[in-house]
Amino acid sequence: MQSDLTQVRPYGDTLGDGAMQLSFTLPVPIGPEAIEAGKQLLEKMGFQAVSVVHVADMGEGFTFFVAYAKCPISIDFTAIQVPQAATAFLDFDATNEFIRQHIGRRLVVVGACIGSDAHTVGLDAIMNMKGYAGEPGLERYPMLEVHNLGSQVQSEELVAKARELEADVILVSQVVTQKDVHILNLTQLVEILEAEGLREKVLLICGGPRISHELALELGYDAGFGAGTLPPQVASFIAQEFSQRNK
Amino acid sequence: MSIQLRLDQSKIDAARAAAQAIAQDIQSFVDRHTTVAIERAVLRLLGVDGVSIEQIPLPNIVVDTVARAGRLNRGVSFFLANAMLETGLSAQAVAEAVAAGELDLVQLPQHPPAVVQAKLDRLAQVALDRICTKRREREEMLRQYPSGEQPWLYVIVATGNIYEDVVQAKAAARAGADIIAVIRTTGQSLLDYVPYGITTEGFGGTYATQANFALMRQGLDEVSVELGRYIRLVNYCSGLCMPEIAAMGAIERLDMMLNDALYGILFRDINMQRTLIDQFFSRLINAYAGIIINTGEDNYLTTADALEAAHTVLASQFINEQLGLLAGLSHEQLGLGHAFEIDPAVEDSFLWELAQAAMARQIFPQAPLKYMPPTKHMTGDIFQGYLLNGMFNLAGVITGQGIQLLGMLTEAIHTPFLQDRFLALQNARYVMRAARHLGEEISIKPGGRIEQRADQVLSHALALLTRIADIGLMTALEQGLFADIKRSRVGGKGLEGVVQKAPDYYNPFLAPMQQTLATAAGGER
Repeated sequence: MQSDLTQVRPYGDTLGDGAMQLSFTLPVPIGPEAIEAGKQLLEKMGFQAVSVVHVADMGEGFTFFVAYAKCPISIDFTAIQVPQAATAFLDFDATNEFIRQHIGRRLVVVGACIGSDAHTVGLDAIMNMKGYAGEPGLERYPMLEVHNLGSQVQSEELVAKARELEADVILVSQVVTQKDVHILNLTQLVEILEAEGLREKVLLICGGPRISHELALELGYDAGFGAGTLPPQVASFIAQEFSQRNK
Repeated sequence: MSIQLRLDQSKIDAARAAAQAIAQDIQSFVDRHTTVAIERAVLRLLGVDGVSIEQIPLPNIVVDTVARAGRLNRGVSFFLANAMLETGLSAQAVAEAVAAGELDLVQLPQHPPAVVQAKLDRLAQVALDRICTKRREREEMLRQYPSGEQPWLYVIVATGNIYEDVVQAKAAARAGADIIAVIRTTGQSLLDYVPYGITTEGFGGTYATQANFALMRQGLDEVSVELGRYIRLVNYCSGLCMPEIAAMGAIERLDMMLNDALYGILFRDINMQRTLIDQFFSRLINAYAGIIINTGEDNYLTTADALEAAHTVLASQFINEQLGLLAGLSHEQLGLGHAFEIDPAVEDSFLWELAQAAMARQIFPQAPLKYMPPTKHMTGDIFQGYLLNGMFNLAGVITGQGIQLLGMLTEAIHTPFLQDRFLALQNARYVMRAARHLGEEISIKPGGRIEQRADQVLSHALALLTRIADIGLMTALEQGLFADIKRSRVGGKGLEGVVQKAPDYYNPFLAPMQQTLATAAGGER
């Protein structure tokens, strides 16, 4: 059984069946009309063989749906191109050694969760001494001088701090967002850095579960790291990219 | 009934004694000071509300004029009452005249202090009666519409629009929620004023305003009557306006308040002197209004490792218990915080969670402990997250927690969807129904893994409290003994709002509130 990579569909239990699992809420009271509305909505989206398997009354005229359906659309996997931060992976020791040899001084890294975000989980996983999943965080790197400003830092404040500390690298994290406020926050930071004439002087990196490298580049960042990133991936990017740019 | 552990009572007693010494040391500092926020709260209780043409709250304007004259150390209420005697105006009319620049409170001829004080005491009594009425209203509601069984199920709403919050809160109540918290908009904790009026926009939450409190209270009362079950309302008595929010909550019959200076110091970088002073008066008001406080030590485990730092949570609970008792709160009003945050990849992690939760339950037997769900190890894998929340709910029911703050399967992705909240309630109701009396039926192996772990955490907490008692709480915070975060005594936000009391300082609420609460506590014994 060979998958045709030019026509990839979701896989339920048979190759090419296009089966998908969906859940959502409609602001309508539960009943036969609600079930029909859920079904028609999915059909309008192009789904076929729609089966609403569960509905629940959530009160105040809201209904919860679980549905299965077949997706008739396919994707040409062979044509996919995803930009990724193009630097080699170096481990802890190699990164420190690289900075020592190629830059010859400690790099100053300033990090923060900007805007409304109070979730420092991602930032801490990358920056804190303890790190994440057994990988030490940036604070542990002798060749990095790390300042973790914590959560809910306003962009203006972050930029002022970066200037004061003569930052080489700015890391921003956006974890929990509402109504795409993370895009707004990230854009605003770039604008302030540009207005202050600092944008070209720093490596600007963002991270978070809804961040991709592609999105980061689009927003004017030098790199973006998504869910599951480990500290050494960020550290080795910082070392090599900074050296590359300051040759 | 919870599972029972054999704990070393002498360690518990020693830890409590150390915490008492720490709390008394802080209290002697607190007693010598007031703050701009406390004085604004006094004005609010005396009936000053509203904003100026420039949208500045009148309590801020009045306090700032007295502060500029260097007399806030006398207490703002003296000048207000004096002006009322002099002009014959109401408290609100005096504040409006000050805002309009028509009245200079400090320059007015001063009536004899005894006369002003008598006037103030009469005004304060009106405010105290108003709060008592609200307290009785709650008791009456609870008599007619009794609470659900503990652990009470606590969920949050956070749309930014108070009208939409009310719809979501009612839906949650129908789905089984016992407690609704309205998350505040981002950054409100750092505002040195309370916004005014009904609000329909916010980021990641909704502004805490008195008008919003009233709207939500009304909505929850309606659904309480309909369901025959009293639904409690929570907001945030934290940040730079702790005492003012307490005053507003007392007036609008909130039932619970997040209320923890240590949280503000560590996670919002609020100045420790300012917020410890604010905390005392805010807790006094909460105590008087019959409001349950929720403390925030669970948050230590979001930055520090949950296994390594478990003892810091227990130590902080001991300190918050003692600071709370000094502010007149009863044990039944102490919703001490802790959390289910151990890495699920760790073998026996559920045993260690049970050890910590059961230990807290036994050490604080009357407190409605606030148990927080996993957040740190919620990864976006909503299916795994749903199971993790189920394990958390199981731990909550077996160990008899008071307040179960339900985890959302979409934690770390977005503020909860309506369906996320619904699924969380389904999860908790199933697990708690299925295991309702499990805690009574199982006994923990004496000297086994769970008891050993509890003893280890208790021993470490005792050692930490002994060290803090030695150096004082403020120095301990400067050294980063909590949550791996260091804070300076003179750093952070809000220090400029701290004022040392003059010998003629007067706050008409302190003595009557403290006396009433002391009498009530005496009566209980």
